[in-house]
Amino acid sequence: MKQVLSVQNMSVTFALHNSEVHAVREMNFDLAEGETLAVVGESGSGKSQAFLAIMGLLARNGRTGGRAMMGDVNLIGMATDQLDRYRGKDIAMIFQDPMTSLNPSLKIKTQLSEVLVKHRGFDKAKATNTAIEMLERVGIPEPAKRANAYPHQLSGGMRQRVMIAMALLCQPKILIADEPTTALDVTVQAQMLDLFKTLTDDFGTSLVLITHDLGVVAGVADRMMVMYGGRAVEKGGVDDLFYDPRHPYTLGLLHSTPHIAKRAARLDPIQGLPPSLEHLPKGCSFNPRCAFAFDRCLIERPPLTDAGSGREKACFYEGPMAYGKVA
Amino acid sequence: MDQTPINLLEIRDLKKTFSISGGLLSRPLVLTALADINFTIRKGETLGIVGESGCGKSTLGRCILQLLAPDEGQVLWLGQDLTKLPAEEMRKHRADLQIIFQDPLASLNPRMTVGEIIADPLRTLRPELNKDERRARVLKTMEAVGLLPEMINRYPHEFSGGQAQRIGIARALITEPKLIVCDEPVSALDVSIQAQILNLLSELKDEFGLTLIFISHNLSVVRHVSDRILVLYLGRIVELATGDEIYEEPRHPYTRALLTAVPIPDPKLARQRNIDGLKGEIPSPINPPSGCTFRTRCRFAKPRCAEVRPPLETIENGRLVACIRWREIGVPEDAVLGV
Repeated sequence: MKQVLSVQNMSVTFALHNSEVHAVREMNFDLAEGETLAVVGESGSGKSQAFLAIMGLLARNGRTGGRAMMGDVNLIGMATDQLDRYRGKDIAMIFQDPMTSLNPSLKIKTQLSEVLVKHRGFDKAKATNTAIEMLERVGIPEPAKRANAYPHQLSGGMRQRVMIAMALLCQPKILIADEPTTALDVTVQAQMLDLFKTLTDDFGTSLVLITHDLGVVAGVADRMMVMYGGRAVEKGGVDDLFYDPRHPYTLGLLHSTPHIAKRAARLDPIQGLPPSLEHLPKGCSFNPRCAFAFDRCLIERPPLTDAGSGREKACFYEGPMAYGKVA
Repeated sequence: MDQTPINLLEIRDLKKTFSISGGLLSRPLVLTALADINFTIRKGETLGIVGESGCGKSTLGRCILQLLAPDEGQVLWLGQDLTKLPAEEMRKHRADLQIIFQDPLASLNPRMTVGEIIADPLRTLRPELNKDERRARVLKTMEAVGLLPEMINRYPHEFSGGQAQRIGIARALITEPKLIVCDEPVSALDVSIQAQILNLLSELKDEFGLTLIFISHNLSVVRHVSDRILVLYLGRIVELATGDEIYEEPRHPYTRALLTAVPIPDPKLARQRNIDGLKGEIPSPINPPSGCTFRTRCRFAKPRCAEVRPPLETIENGRLVACIRWREIGVPEDAVLGV
């Protein structure tokens, strides 16, 4: 399978007044053509910062190390004007809240056609027509009429469709979606996830889906990467990780997620709180919340190692993990 | 012996409208947020209220607590109509009726300590208690929700979302309420913390004999906590039944569509699923469709659905449904999962 993005030893740090915070460390992954990779984790796990870094969108005090190779091009450390040749064209990103990503004072068609004029050299009329076609393709009824609307005149679901349309105008090879359905109702969410499937199947777009919702992951992703405290702790195929999780954190997340068809008397959540990145526990970052931690986990940090059949995990524990023990 | 009646709360013909300025020279528009709301809540149950954004679920919670005054109808608390009570009289019932909000940090005063926040309802509702008695109650309540005693002098910003929600729960619990309206109490929390708070709520419910109204857009969460579930669409009840009935035999086409749209954390099931793709979005409550308000998105709609508003019918086991075709359309075997 052709790899469209290869991230190697990437790190993200933020400079504070007297210290620095490591938001992402030693991140490595490949993204294949047409595949959907889910990046799963809780607040502060580094899942969003990693991809903002790839897009060159970090806050000013942020610094990125390592490489993010799109073919022969390394996106990390690239000057803004050079990066703009790829951003929006080959790699695009959409966010949770479409209202903060759209310019409230410009009509939808103005915002969409700008991308085409800039990246593909279309004239204004052709750009507008192409924009309207794309609005139709992402399921917006009466696209010509909606194109004349301002963002506040559209519902949340429509705005998110506009964002997706904008991201797809140049038919990017890679689409990064950061919690794209979290702010939407379930019915609209289902429509969006369906749209993502069409994109990857019919256009061969590679999708990175950043989310905390395992239900969403199960429906659309091929592979997943679970993050905790700024590092990937488990990687592998979606079925493998759901039915046979090898990292206690992955198992804990699964037991924390209510399942609509199975009513358990109690959920079996992970105890305690996610760690602060400024004060990560010694050894394995997850050890204070882990039911399987032993001496070694308190001293030494488990590296991400090959666990066979395309899987990787960062955990010393090798024994069985029975349901109910994680609590 | 506890002689509280079985039906703690009864809502009769509740209606709530908001008027919206239509511009300088035009007449104000009327938005009907709730209409024809009728149901009862039994002592000790958890009633889930679900629906899409704008369906009126939060407005309903606020009308029950008289934080919003309904236009018409009655809210009978132990037989007494709260809507008719003067503010002073209503205050006497406030200790019984409490609320927990969605955004835990936004609902806590940043300039008060945790101890002051939790004790605050007592100052108004239990003025007879002295300072030491108040403090003793605060500590007892903090323990019940899993907060450590040394946290009493800290400020809200020092807490994470999950901890802040525990403070919000303690504040609701301290007046020893009978009923708590939980308005999206876990929606802003991380998955692992969400599960902790859900477990805490169910433990507290058993320990203190609480009755809960649990408002959420997340059907998996509602399924997990509720005994009965009320489904709202555009301000009207479309279905009310036990959790098992709703999930195993949904009668209303809207309930069915909602259920199949819920993501399932199981990749094999998720791939096999046949989602009853509900087309379009919820219509504007300012100008709702005639007849059945769901008909514009319903795959079972017939011309007569546009003519008559379906009455809320009582069917087997006292469950309620508002669809003139519920008998004809039946329930498919794959109703919930679409598998």
